[in-house]
Amino acid sequence: MKRIQAEGIEKRYGTGDTAVTALKGVSFTIEPGEFVSVMGESGSGKSTLLSIVGTLNRPTTGRLMVDDVDVYALGQDARADFRRESIGFVFQNFNLLPYLTLAENVMLPLATVGEKKAQKRAKALAALERVGLARKAGRLPGQISGGEQERVAIARAIVGRPPIILADEPTGNLDSKTGKEIMAIINTLNAEGMTIIMVTHNPEYAAYANRVLRVADGILAH
Amino acid sequence: MTLGDIAIGNLRRRKGKAFFVLAGLLIGVSTVVALLSLVTAMKEDINHKLEMYGANVLIVPKTENLSLTYGGLSLGGVSFEMREIKEEELANIAKIPNANNVAAVGPMVLGPVTVGGRQLLMAGVDFQAFRVLRPWWVVKGQEPDDGGALLGAEAARLLGLATGGRLTINGRELTVSGVLDVTGSQDDGLIFAPLAMTQELLGKEGRISMAEVAALCSGCPIPEMVQQISAVLPGANVMAIQQVVKGRMETLGHFEKFSYGISGLVLLVGSLMVLVTMMGSVRERTVEIGIFSAMGFRGSHVIRIILMEAAIVAGLAGVLGYLLGFGATKLLIPLFAEGGHGAHVAFDPILAAGAFVLSLVVGLAASSYPAFTASRLDPNEALRAL
Ligand SMILES: Nc1ncnc2c1ncn2[C@@H]1O[C@H](COP(=O)(O)OP(=O)(O)OP(=O)(O)O)[C@@H](O)[C@H]1O
Ligand SMILES: [Mg+2]
Repeated sequence: MKRIQAEGIEKRYGTGDTAVTALKGVSFTIEPGEFVSVMGESGSGKSTLLSIVGTLNRPTTGRLMVDDVDVYALGQDARADFRRESIGFVFQNFNLLPYLTLAENVMLPLATVGEKKAQKRAKALAALERVGLARKAGRLPGQISGGEQERVAIARAIVGRPPIILADEPTGNLDSKTGKEIMAIINTLNAEGMTIIMVTHNPEYAAYANRVLRVADGILAH
Repeated sequence: MTLGDIAIGNLRRRKGKAFFVLAGLLIGVSTVVALLSLVTAMKEDINHKLEMYGANVLIVPKTENLSLTYGGLSLGGVSFEMREIKEEELANIAKIPNANNVAAVGPMVLGPVTVGGRQLLMAGVDFQAFRVLRPWWVVKGQEPDDGGALLGAEAARLLGLATGGRLTINGRELTVSGVLDVTGSQDDGLIFAPLAMTQELLGKEGRISMAEVAALCSGCPIPEMVQQISAVLPGANVMAIQQVVKGRMETLGHFEKFSYGISGLVLLVGSLMVLVTMMGSVRERTVEIGIFSAMGFRGSHVIRIILMEAAIVAGLAGVLGYLLGFGATKLLIPLFAEGGHGAHVAFDPILAAGAFVLSLVVGLAASSYPAFTASRLDPNEALRAL
């Protein structure tokens, strides 16, 4: 079983004169437990690739298999359920909800599952503990630093124990010391068996990965 | 953390938007409550006046002769050689389908008598029924028992009699037990006495000249009741007394229609306010909704969050709207009901429940399009906006 198998993926945005082809036929496979970083110039199609793997962005042509499931052949609800169970996202801009406490933000992926509140809270606190923020669980995102926010975003991504973590420039907005802390956390998650795909501009961080996918103008350069 | 927690968190955060939704629904619901309870109060006021009016159905013998008037009402029939109705037939009125609406049946036997050389009309009545049929009667003294008589004001003046006086009719001496205050009707010139005794005095045992029926009506069908009574009294002519109140009923009918129109309009404006505000809120929250998608929320989860927010605000608007409308009615009622007496508003649990449900329905209906739109947002597009 391949964790991720992309077959001839093409992505075109818009129609007619304004159409942009962000990916021009991309194929690759990622094994379970791999840590892959994605590099390339701005506008080369990295985020597009990541969102397609994240089942959020239907490719124009091509097929994406995740754990042998053709995810874009699934119905919308089934795809949402698949996303909830299999994929954790970490965004560059953290994307925390400002009106929810850190614990509540981390619990967000569990909001649609039928578990007891206490159980959800315990899971959230455990995830926050993993990133060293359990004691700030009651704070709002506005009351903590950028590095801490990114750690909360990681806690949120791992709270449902998905096999795959997708991170789009998780260190992009952080100073290098904080960036390294984040990388250490991600590295530990990978060591525990999570499959990680991370977009980065920083070669130093890319070096944490087993492998680097280079995207140039919508094409993979090996 | 549940979808409900998200909804509540969002309402807390966007108090301004929540307030707009609340205001839109509040205006609509309170207007509807105020107008409906105003209409109800005015209807009650009119019904109260209807009851005060006394009789509204007359039963007279069938006749092909001259007309006789009573109380300014055309009764049909003739004063002499009057045909009569059998008293026992009146009991059939209790069997009509609308019998529950019959408040009183007042039989009356009429006949000319000579007192002290003067011709007067004597009326044998059931005084108990007449308390309902003539609520405006003011008796100085008492209602008569057997051997007594109650004089109309004019009759008392003509005969020079007061309470305690005596008069002889067809050889029988009667005591005046009381005198009526002036009523301005033909009652003023009559001698009233208990029915059975009068029938005996006039030699009309078991027979009556006419009967009056008071129907208690909140929109009870007088014309139908007239038909029903006709059916059980084939020998009688049954007719409705045209009410003075009818004019007011018509005005009220117009006001009612106007109220429904205004209510509909205000509700429409209110729901547009909700729609626009919720739509704005959804647009503001595209990123957030994109995050929900990335977290694996289904479209239906997003819809539920937004509809829950709408339901919370709408429920609140339903309660406040009822209270506001209720208060407004209390303030307005003196302006609408004549004199302000009689009409009043009381807590109406059905209207309160109705207001609550109405608010929910309007709030949810107006939010359904924004909620649907939110569920269809492209998460990729939303997250790229960052
Ligand atoms: N939703 C969209 N609609 C239209 N064009 C898009 C959309 N998303 C991406 N693009 C275009 O597709 C191309 C690839 O964009 P993408 O965001 O994948 O690049 P990237 O490698 O992530 O760049 P960066 O390093 O700046 O984040 C760009 O030309 C971009 O303008
Ligand atoms: Mg990008």
